[in-house]
Amino acid sequence: MTEEQKSKKPTKNAAEKKIEPEKKSTPEKKKPAEKKDEVEKKILLVSSSPHLTDTSTSRRVMYEVVIGLVPAVVMAVYLFRIQSLIVLLSCLVGCVGTEWLFNVVRKKEQTALDGSAIVTALILGLSLPPTLPYWMAIVGSVVAIAIAKMVFGGLGANIFNPAMVGRAFLMACFGLFMTTWTLPVPEMAEQQVQAEAMELQLDTEVAAVTQPTPLALAKQAIKDAHKEDQADKVTPERVEAEIVSLFWGQTSGSLGETSAFCWLIGGIFLLVRRTITVHVPLAVLGSALVFATIAWFVNPDVYPEPMVHLCSGGLMMCAFFIATDPVTCPLSKLGRVVFGIGVGALVMLIRLKGGYPEGVMYAVLLMNSMTPLLDRWTRPRTLGGSVAKR
Amino acid sequence: MAVSTSEKVKGGFTFRRGVHPPHRKSFSESRAIEQIQLPAGSEVVVPLSQHIGAPCSATVEAKQQVVVGQEVGSSDAFVSAPVHSPVNGTVKEIAPLPHPSGRKVLSVVITVGDEQPEPSIWRELPENCTIDSLENTTSEQIVDTIRQAGIVGQGGAAFPTAVKLVQNQQKPVDTILLNGCECEPYLTSDQRLMIEAAGPMLLGLQLAVKAAGAQKGIIAIEDNKPDAINTVFKLIKDIDNLQLAICRTKYPQGGERQLINAVLGRVVPTGGLPLDVGVVVINAGTASAIAWACIEKRPCYERIVTVTGAGIKNPGNFRVPVGMMLSDLLEHCGGLTDDAEKVLLGGPMMGPAAARLDLPILKGTSGITVLSKAEVVENKEVACIRCGRCVDHCPLNLVPTRIAHAVKARDLETAEDYDLAACIECGCCTYVCPSKIPLIQYLRSGKSMIARKKQQVKSK
Repeated sequence: MTEEQKSKKPTKNAAEKKIEPEKKSTPEKKKPAEKKDEVEKKILLVSSSPHLTDTSTSRRVMYEVVIGLVPAVVMAVYLFRIQSLIVLLSCLVGCVGTEWLFNVVRKKEQTALDGSAIVTALILGLSLPPTLPYWMAIVGSVVAIAIAKMVFGGLGANIFNPAMVGRAFLMACFGLFMTTWTLPVPEMAEQQVQAEAMELQLDTEVAAVTQPTPLALAKQAIKDAHKEDQADKVTPERVEAEIVSLFWGQTSGSLGETSAFCWLIGGIFLLVRRTITVHVPLAVLGSALVFATIAWFVNPDVYPEPMVHLCSGGLMMCAFFIATDPVTCPLSKLGRVVFGIGVGALVMLIRLKGGYPEGVMYAVLLMNSMTPLLDRWTRPRTLGGSVAKR
Repeated sequence: MAVSTSEKVKGGFTFRRGVHPPHRKSFSESRAIEQIQLPAGSEVVVPLSQHIGAPCSATVEAKQQVVVGQEVGSSDAFVSAPVHSPVNGTVKEIAPLPHPSGRKVLSVVITVGDEQPEPSIWRELPENCTIDSLENTTSEQIVDTIRQAGIVGQGGAAFPTAVKLVQNQQKPVDTILLNGCECEPYLTSDQRLMIEAAGPMLLGLQLAVKAAGAQKGIIAIEDNKPDAINTVFKLIKDIDNLQLAICRTKYPQGGERQLINAVLGRVVPTGGLPLDVGVVVINAGTASAIAWACIEKRPCYERIVTVTGAGIKNPGNFRVPVGMMLSDLLEHCGGLTDDAEKVLLGGPMMGPAAARLDLPILKGTSGITVLSKAEVVENKEVACIRCGRCVDHCPLNLVPTRIAHAVKARDLETAEDYDLAACIECGCCTYVCPSKIPLIQYLRSGKSMIARKKQQVKSK
């Protein structure tokens, strides 16, 4: 963009040279003889205005998101120990490696460490169950980066959220592995006795205890609503009992699904740093809250109270880190609000009426496909009115 | 704010979106305006086109003697402004010479003669000179004087002022806005003018109010210039039809659409003029020039220029003859420092970068900003991440990234459909872009592509 042109510099005499400017010392390595030559010709930089820019860069935006993800990662490692590290590292290797390979093969500028692949890796990793074999995590990462991002043209050109595409692929291929949930390590010992009481298969030799996630319980409650037999009927109350552990993260679930608190911390960091705006998170959480409240009001015997939905599963993660992915959400503020409302509504639709206990992934992917249309519908109105003929 | 609130002063005006670049006015903020006298034997270059509109044709010939204020070029076109000699001297030649626009423009070169008159007064009004003492001057006479004096907008756009003020029965003007915002970082020429010579400026505003048949004049100043606000407030206390509006500092407040929106809450239609909403905006320097034109028929051959930035040895504010060479002015300021990198004709947000220093100072040159290596940001363009910051900050509510992509793909229809024509090229989008995409450059090239295409269609 910039071109350098030679131009004359006003000639300086020795007396003028003594008048030092208030700031900036001159580099001392230049010898006086060389300096004299420079006086004759000065290279001026020419570029298009504005000549000042904000200090924010795309790379910094990405790494700020990575910092925002730190609380959730730390919590995941604390809860699931070595298993979580295996899954997260596999995703990192898979995502960054794929992007690197793509750029090498296509002879493009290397973008593997621009931060976006790391964000994808962490979000994908945090949405996977801890017991997932490492190679499945790598397969998911390769799909996320290669198919969802690089074939579209790399950063900024993808239509769907890469991490969610990777997860959807794993869900389709390895459904059983993707829905096997274990209790966090610290909770395990404590809950072993209760697990027996719940009549779950328990093998003390196995390192993990499988347990349905709170949302799976909620789904079971919906299914069980018409059951006559009270003995093993799941009621919303049982889910509601988990609400405190949901917030702090002491339940079973995918790596980052467990602790709403950590996502809140990370999300507030992003908001304070202005990496994201409030539009998407508020719209997602707001619309989810509204729909959950309506359902709860209509039939509290079947549906758990709305706070359960807000704190459980990936909703917080989705609101602050997945739906806010700038590439796949609309440009204008209004567009982002509509997008967020759509995500929240779809999440609740899938959770309450759909076949899956959790709906974040499909909700985000469905709304991603709406983004180009939303961009067109919510185009900001030009100040002073549009002149273009329609 | 030291100013007490009253009917005359209202504060807190602002517009939506925009950006907050660093002010960096401290380089020259406290330097009093210095009158520049050209030495005998030096040259001035007076381009025959310094304004928007028809270029002038020369009214002098080579080797002819000229005096200060003598007309050296004029045009019969309605939208145009004559140019005048800033010195006593001899016309050396009339030739196409480098012009800040980048093209070569026919210019009158004048060699400064040995005998020069005393510098004209500009800080204080002559005794007993008020709007009442000029009562006998009619609106038409004021407009005519302004036209003959060759006054153009001194904020940068250089639109002939007489054209703005001429009364139009269909579009009556009720308010004249005096633009003292100076929202561009670094620049301080209007600020110094308001502190040092507010009297003539306010008289100029009153004359403009009279010329346009308006009811009142409002002086708009941003709240980062409390000294200017105080000075102006003291002077307008006893003037009935003048008010002071203190605006919250934000870029581009000084853009006339933004200023009208901030102060009066009116929206200038896209493709329209402030006239369409009953407003005329004039710059502080322009108002001052109007006053002197009406008092003593002094044409516009001098202006106040800020020379600033870390790349200049002695920054300051100067009253410069129009046509003085940029290199001479820089030399007057001690020259460039060794780490000077960019010389800008104007402020850093909108000022074009000069590729050469043998350019004349024009009527519309409000400042020279010399950026040092440390101030220059070299940005590498990376992929758009669709963060939407350009949309959130565009003062005109456009979608700059969409237009830039369309221009890149030569899809001019989409670019036009997204109201590229409404863009004021303020640079907010490029300022906030984290991917460092030179959006404004794409938008500008889009505009010129559309203009070229229309011309082709016309010629067929």
